[in-house]
Amino acid sequence: MTYTTAGVRHLYVHLPFCSSRCGYCDFVTVVGRREDHARYVAALLAELELERAVLAPRLESVYLGGGTPTFTDPGALDGLLAGLPDAEELTVEANPETVTPGVAGALRRAGVDRVSLGAQTFQPRLLRTLERVALPDDVRRAFYTLRDAGFDNISLDLVYGIPGQEPADLARDLAEALALGPEHVSAYELEAKPGTRFTHAHGAELAVEAEAMEGYFETVVDTLTASGYRWYETANFCRRPERAGGRDLRARHNLGYWLGHDYAGLGVGAVGTVAGRRARNTPSLRRYLEALDRGERPPRQIEALPPAVLGAERLLLGLRLDEPVRLDDVRGAVDDAELERLVRAGLVSDRGGSISLTRRGRFLGGGVTARLLAPTMSG
Amino acid sequence: MDQQQIRNFSIIAHIDHGKSTLADRILQLTDTVSAREMRDQVLDTMDLERERGITIKAQAVRVKWRGHELNLIDTPGHVDFTYEVSRSLQACEGALLVVDAAQGIEAQTLANAYLAIENDLEIVPVVNKIDLPQADPDGAAAEVADLIGEDADRVLRISAKTGDGVAAVLDAIVERIGAPEGDLDAPPRALIFDSSYDQYRGVVAFVRVVDGAFRPRQALRAMALGTRFEAQEIGFMSPAMRPVPELQAGEVGYVITGLKDVSELRVGDTLTSDRSPAAAPLPGYKEVKPMVFAGLFPTDSDDYPELRDALERLKLNDAALFYEPETSQALGFGFRCGFLGLLHMEIVRERLEREFDLDLIVTAPNVAYRVRMINDPDWREVHTPSDLPDGVEEVEEPFIKASIIVPKEYVGTIMELNNDRRGRFDHMEYLSPERVHLVYELPLGEIVLDYYDQLKSRTRGYASFDYDFAGFRPGSLVRVDVLVGGEPVDALSLILHREFAYERGKALVERLREEIPRQMFDVPIQAAIGARVIARETVKARRKDVLAKCYGGDITRKRKLLEKQKAGKKRMKQVGAVEVPQEAFLAVLNLNDGPRRS
Repeated sequence: MTYTTAGVRHLYVHLPFCSSRCGYCDFVTVVGRREDHARYVAALLAELELERAVLAPRLESVYLGGGTPTFTDPGALDGLLAGLPDAEELTVEANPETVTPGVAGALRRAGVDRVSLGAQTFQPRLLRTLERVALPDDVRRAFYTLRDAGFDNISLDLVYGIPGQEPADLARDLAEALALGPEHVSAYELEAKPGTRFTHAHGAELAVEAEAMEGYFETVVDTLTASGYRWYETANFCRRPERAGGRDLRARHNLGYWLGHDYAGLGVGAVGTVAGRRARNTPSLRRYLEALDRGERPPRQIEALPPAVLGAERLLLGLRLDEPVRLDDVRGAVDDAELERLVRAGLVSDRGGSISLTRRGRFLGGGVTARLLAPTMSG
Repeated sequence: MDQQQIRNFSIIAHIDHGKSTLADRILQLTDTVSAREMRDQVLDTMDLERERGITIKAQAVRVKWRGHELNLIDTPGHVDFTYEVSRSLQACEGALLVVDAAQGIEAQTLANAYLAIENDLEIVPVVNKIDLPQADPDGAAAEVADLIGEDADRVLRISAKTGDGVAAVLDAIVERIGAPEGDLDAPPRALIFDSSYDQYRGVVAFVRVVDGAFRPRQALRAMALGTRFEAQEIGFMSPAMRPVPELQAGEVGYVITGLKDVSELRVGDTLTSDRSPAAAPLPGYKEVKPMVFAGLFPTDSDDYPELRDALERLKLNDAALFYEPETSQALGFGFRCGFLGLLHMEIVRERLEREFDLDLIVTAPNVAYRVRMINDPDWREVHTPSDLPDGVEEVEEPFIKASIIVPKEYVGTIMELNNDRRGRFDHMEYLSPERVHLVYELPLGEIVLDYYDQLKSRTRGYASFDYDFAGFRPGSLVRVDVLVGGEPVDALSLILHREFAYERGKALVERLREEIPRQMFDVPIQAAIGARVIARETVKARRKDVLAKCYGGDITRKRKLLEKQKAGKKRMKQVGAVEVPQEAFLAVLNLNDGPRRS
């Protein structure tokens, strides 16, 4: 792999503010604090200046994630969008209840060309379980508001495996999502992440339901692929080019992660990986703001990624995609004996020089990858 | 000391009936140990013994009482150590039989009392714990008197805890137990009743001098093995080692041999002078043979040399421990170990883990089998089920004579349990209107897994149990093999009675289905006798195993999750393509929780 220190082409910007915190969320979020929004955006732009040297002159993607970026004070958000470098793809995450015609129009005018809308589910009782603010109607209204503002690349986030979710609920969610006709769908199994309020409340229930929900992933994949979507990453689907006027609707920013490209991260808790070094900004809003007020970089946690680790990451990320991984790129990370076994078991296909997971292998991607990783990694 | 002033005695008691407390009190009352030095249970030196409240290794301690020299030879108090009790008794002229005033006679008490009677010992009956509120000294005294055919008035009533009556016990030892009657002028003879190993001084023999006298630097010989050595030091315990210039006929003490290999000196052998040896050795003990076997494997195969060294060192102090290298295709390199019984196995395992800091997998225990092949007159022993060859003419399994004492309302449930375990009723008797003594013959193989737990749980802990080896008996026995993913797993093979093979084979595969996690493909689990499959279950393949999402901020965490998953696989044993967790190898231990009546 080659490193270019002046050529990072992907930029992640974290906006931590939310109106309330969902129980299952383990991202760095800050509830309310509207008085801090302008100061935070100023800090982001200050951090951008400090990072400018590593960025390529023209970026492939900028991604505003959160938190709820669209909850950010409109003036501050405008200021941020105006200050960010140009990119071929500019995505903003949005929660349905924050999407008004005003916000949608402002995003569009500021050059945002892709919105990722957190729908999660269309069942009111399951939305309550997830402690989401929006109701199903808010999701539909937000979607059409974005369309009306001119967005032709909208992604819907769906979550399955919610405590109490029946197979019929999932089928209804998928039908509702498809009825909206999004360009892109991300469908995640709900993770009971350690330490979250949600795991505390529902962890045991989830464990009991885990087996019953085993088929949900298959349902998601079968339904979406049958409706003309490409299952291009473990949890991500996009309309096939022939159903999208020839466009490649894969998320370019995320594709950067999965292909092992370098990326920079701005904001509280943001992560960047540049030239074999991963830096995680402090998750403390106060410490982040104070550092940048002084014109300094925020405190960061640095992780060195030696070539063996980078190779392993390249493998585990690359195998999430529907395109093969070149063995040359992951040399040393693959356990050859396991590869042979997994090929025999029909889980991996080896095309000589590159490998990918078979359909069944993709459903078992975690276990297959764990086996495939060369043992030196766990040392 | 004139032999007339010597008394050698043991204390025999059921576990928890107060033997160690009485011994402590005797040491205190005779000023052998000052109050300041007094720790509870001075005689139990190993931590493990102290913790479990049982005495494992016998020791001898000398005390003075009203001009007499009393040697207390300690005996272990558990079923597995009957052989140690018997050799302690051979060094004595008398024994205190201690019974808990609240519990009465237990199976152990019976077994040991019979042993003492067989050895012609004078029995001094003692009812202990008379201070307890629930004590029934009269009832307990009547049971004991009945057992040994004594008058109930001769049963001493004491509280070892408070010290009440302990002086009378010492007096009774002097009055009732006979003095030794050795020949002071004969060539020296001493019975080795125990030994231990000291890393600086070598093998230490605990001896009862029968004839003549022993002195330091004397050239000695062990008569059975022919081992020659020079006594480096001679002395007695009180309770620390006290060297003396001479040990005479009738006395009990120790001989430091300087021998570096415990196998050169056998307990039960007779020591004599190398220059003027005795004509004949003393009657020895029958050799103890391990009856229960289990595989011991290091969890981490890199620890194999540590396990080997640890077993070598344990063996120095535990002559009954047997081990030989074993290779299991499922568990790798380890040892097949032989034990006297289940408690012995448990103690060895705990000592290995605690004293040697080893992490072990212990396979389900099994018994020793004797097999004879077609057209072959010779018998050989099989210690591992998977070693039972095909084409055997005859198989024999060890039987025990079990002694069980229970309150009468539990007789029915015990009979049911014993019938389930292929027991043969021998006889029963009432010890008192409330308590029944049941005698059964049972295959030892039916005892080794969970019999004792079942006995206790079905009688709410009231049953007491003891057994004696009763010999090998022919049985309709078959080897049941287990195949996981089509591959035979040697460590899971069982030898079962034909009549139970189907039922238990089925229970085992059901249990394994629960223990073996789902994999990326279907895993059939089969139980088979020879080529005939008698039971089958399938662990269904997983349908999904993915990390839900993975973006820039969580790559490190996801990578670590996969590394952990990978490391978890390393801790499993690979059987063909199937990953089998270590716990699965113990599945057979819990079979009886399942489909059998309980």
